[in-house]
Amino acid sequence: MNQELISAIVEEVIRQLMASGKIDLSSSNEGACEDIASPACKAAPLLESPRDAEALERMMKRTTARIGVGRAGPRLKTQTLLALRADHAQARDAVMKDVAPGVLEDAGLFTVQTLCEDKNMYITRPDLGRQLSPEAVQTLKEKCIPNPDVQIYISDGLSSTAVEANMGKILPVITETLESKGLKVGTPFYLRFGRVGAQEHIAETLGAKVVCVLLGERPGLATAESMSAYITYNAYVGMPESKRTVVSNIHKNGTAAVEAGAYVAEVIAMILEQKASGVDLVK
Amino acid sequence: MKLSTVLAGKTFTFRSVKEVLAKANEEKSGDILAGIAATSDLERVAAKLVLSHLLVRDLRENPVVAYEDDEVTRINQDSIDPAVYNTIANWTMAELREYILSYECTEDDLHRLSRGLTSEVIAGVCKLMSNLDLIYAANKIRVTATCNTTIGKRGCLSTRLQPNHPTDNVEGITASLFEGLSYGSGDALLGLNPVNDTATSLGEVLRRFDEVKNRFEIPTQICVLGHITTQIEAVEKGAPTDMIFQSIAGSQKGNNAFGFSAETVRQAQQLLKERGTAKGPNVMYFETGQGSELSSDAHFGADQVTMESRCYGFAREFKPFMVNTVVGFIGPEYLYDSRQVIRAGLEDHFMAKLHGVPMGCDCCYTNHMLADQNDIDNLSLLLASCGVNYILGVPTSDDVMLNYQTNAYHDAATIREILGLRPIAEFERWLEKMGIMENGRLTNRAGDPTIFVK
Repeated sequence: MNQELISAIVEEVIRQLMASGKIDLSSSNEGACEDIASPACKAAPLLESPRDAEALERMMKRTTARIGVGRAGPRLKTQTLLALRADHAQARDAVMKDVAPGVLEDAGLFTVQTLCEDKNMYITRPDLGRQLSPEAVQTLKEKCIPNPDVQIYISDGLSSTAVEANMGKILPVITETLESKGLKVGTPFYLRFGRVGAQEHIAETLGAKVVCVLLGERPGLATAESMSAYITYNAYVGMPESKRTVVSNIHKNGTAAVEAGAYVAEVIAMILEQKASGVDLVK
Repeated sequence: MKLSTVLAGKTFTFRSVKEVLAKANEEKSGDILAGIAATSDLERVAAKLVLSHLLVRDLRENPVVAYEDDEVTRINQDSIDPAVYNTIANWTMAELREYILSYECTEDDLHRLSRGLTSEVIAGVCKLMSNLDLIYAANKIRVTATCNTTIGKRGCLSTRLQPNHPTDNVEGITASLFEGLSYGSGDALLGLNPVNDTATSLGEVLRRFDEVKNRFEIPTQICVLGHITTQIEAVEKGAPTDMIFQSIAGSQKGNNAFGFSAETVRQAQQLLKERGTAKGPNVMYFETGQGSELSSDAHFGADQVTMESRCYGFAREFKPFMVNTVVGFIGPEYLYDSRQVIRAGLEDHFMAKLHGVPMGCDCCYTNHMLADQNDIDNLSLLLASCGVNYILGVPTSDDVMLNYQTNAYHDAATIREILGLRPIAEFERWLEKMGIMENGRLTNRAGDPTIFVK
C-alpha cells in the first residue's frame, strides 16, 4: 500500500469517528497522547466507581496529594506511575541541567562561577558552592560598579528551571522599582553553581550595602519552578544564618514573579531604611 | 591496641580508634565532606582489618565524644550491663561479628548481648558486615514495643500513615488519611508532619486524628510531629496524643541544635504518663538520619555511621514505641546515590535492632539525589525481608509538604503479600471488619477513601 492511500484511509476513519462523536480532536495536538503531567489530568480521579463520587471530588479539591488514584492489584495504575516519573524527570532536569545560555544573554547577564568545577562537585560540596573562584572575584571587580546600595544577582541553586521560568520577569521589576526610589543598583550577573551562602563573599567583594540573590530552590514533584530571594544587610563571611531575610515560593502557582519582584523591592527598601535584615528586621 | 597494619604490601597507620572507625566506613559522601573518609579503597579495607582486631573494650573505652563533655555518651556508657559486658570485653571485633552471625547465637542471646554493647561497638561491628550480613543478623532480632497496640512481632509489617498537607488544612489531611486507611496503611501510627509548629495548629490536627480513631474504633496510635516543646505545650492545653515525637542526634551538641536535651524528653514522658491518651508504656517516637550531626557541626570529627549509632544509644534510654531513620532525606552531600542510601538503610536498621530499639525506616529520597522510586522499592523489600517494624505510607509516594518521595500507601500491601507479612493483629481484624482486607490481601473495596465518609 502506498503512503498516499494510507493517509487517505486514516483521514476517512478519523472523519467518521469524529462525526459519530467517538473522538474529539478539536485540540491542536492531533493524534498525541494525553498530557498526564497536566493539572487537568491530575485533577481527574482514576478510582473506578467510588462509593461516593461527589465526596471523592470534594476530597480531591482539598489537597494537592495524589488521592483517588485507584490501583492495579495492590500497585499503582499505569497513568499514576508514569505521571510520577514525568514529574520526577522534570525535577531531575531542573537540578542537573544548566540554565540555557540564551536566557542569560537575553537578560544581559555575564556569568561567574564558584569554586565548584562541575554539577557533581556542586551537589556534593556545599562548602565550595559558597566560595567564589579567584577568576570570579576578578571579573566582578572589573565588570560591576563598586559599592552599590543593592547588589542583585541570579544563581542556579538547585533549579535551573526556576531561573529560566522567573528571571526575565522578576529582575526588571526589582531593578526598576529600586531605581525609581533613587537607589544605586549594582550590575547584575549570573553565579553558576551557587549556594545561598555565596552572597556573603559577593557582598564583601563589591562593597554592597544590601545583597539579594534570586536562586532556584530544590524541586519537589509539584513544581520545579520555585525560586527564592535571600536578602541580607551588610553581609560578611561567617555571619549567622539568622541575618538573612527570605522571600520564598516564587513561581506561577505560588507568588507570581512580577508580584514577588515588587514585594522583594519593598523589602529591600525597608532593610536599607532600618539598616537590618533577618531576625533584626522589624516588619 | 594495634592501630596499624600491612595490607597487600603497603603499611597503613591510624592515629586513633575514631579514625579507624571513620575510614572503615563504606563510602559516604558525608564522610568525604567532613574530610575523614578513607582516601583509597585499600585504605578503607586496611581500616576494616585494624578494626576487626580491636577488642570490644577498645571501642567502649574510646567513645568518639568524651564522657565528661556529652550526655549522649554518658547515657550510653551508664546503661551498659557490666555482667554482660565483662563476658565480651576481650573479644576481638571479628569474633563479635562471627558470634552474631553464628547458629549458636539465638534471638534471646542477641537481646542479652545488646545490654553489653555501646553504640561505638555496634557501629564497629556494622562496618565489618556486608549488606547481606546486615540483613541476616537483623533478621534474627525482633524488638517489640507497646503503645495502644504492639509493634514489631515476627510476621508483622506495619506502616506509619503520613497524610501531610502543604498548609495543614484539616479536611485535606483527612482526605489523605482516609485514602491511606482504605489501603490498610496506618497500623503503626497516624502521624502528620505539620507546616505550622504551633500548639494550636497541632491541637487541631490531633483532635481530628483522635476523633477519626475513636469514631471508627481504629486500634492504632496518633501523633503530630511538631517540635517536642510545642507538643508538650499542646498536650498541656488539652490536645489528645498517644505519643510525643522528636528528631534526635548522636551528640548533646546535636540535640541542643535541635532545641532539646534528655531532660526535655523525660519531661515529655512524664507528661504523657499523666495526660497522654495511650495505654503505653512506650510513648516516645524518634527520628534519625546519617549526617545530621555534621550538618549542625556536632559530629566531633566522627563518621556518620558511628554518630547514627549513638542516636540509638540515646533512644533506648527512653524506651520508645517507634524510631525510624529518614534515610534519604538529608541530601546527596551526605548520601550521594541509591547505593549509599540502601547501605545506610540496612546499617541503621541493624544498628538500632542490636541496640534493642524498635526500628522502622522512612525509605526515601530527595530530587537532588541520584536515586529514584525503583531504589525505594528495593530498599523497602530488603528491610521488610529482615523484619523492619514499619515503613511509611503517603499518597502514591509523593509527599506534597516535605517535597520528597517515600513509600506509597500501595507498597506495604504489596510487600505484605510478597513476603507473607501481616499488619498488627488488632488492626488487621479492624481492616477485615471494614471490608478492606481479607486473608491478608486487599479486597475489591480497598482503595476507596469515600467508605469513611458519612
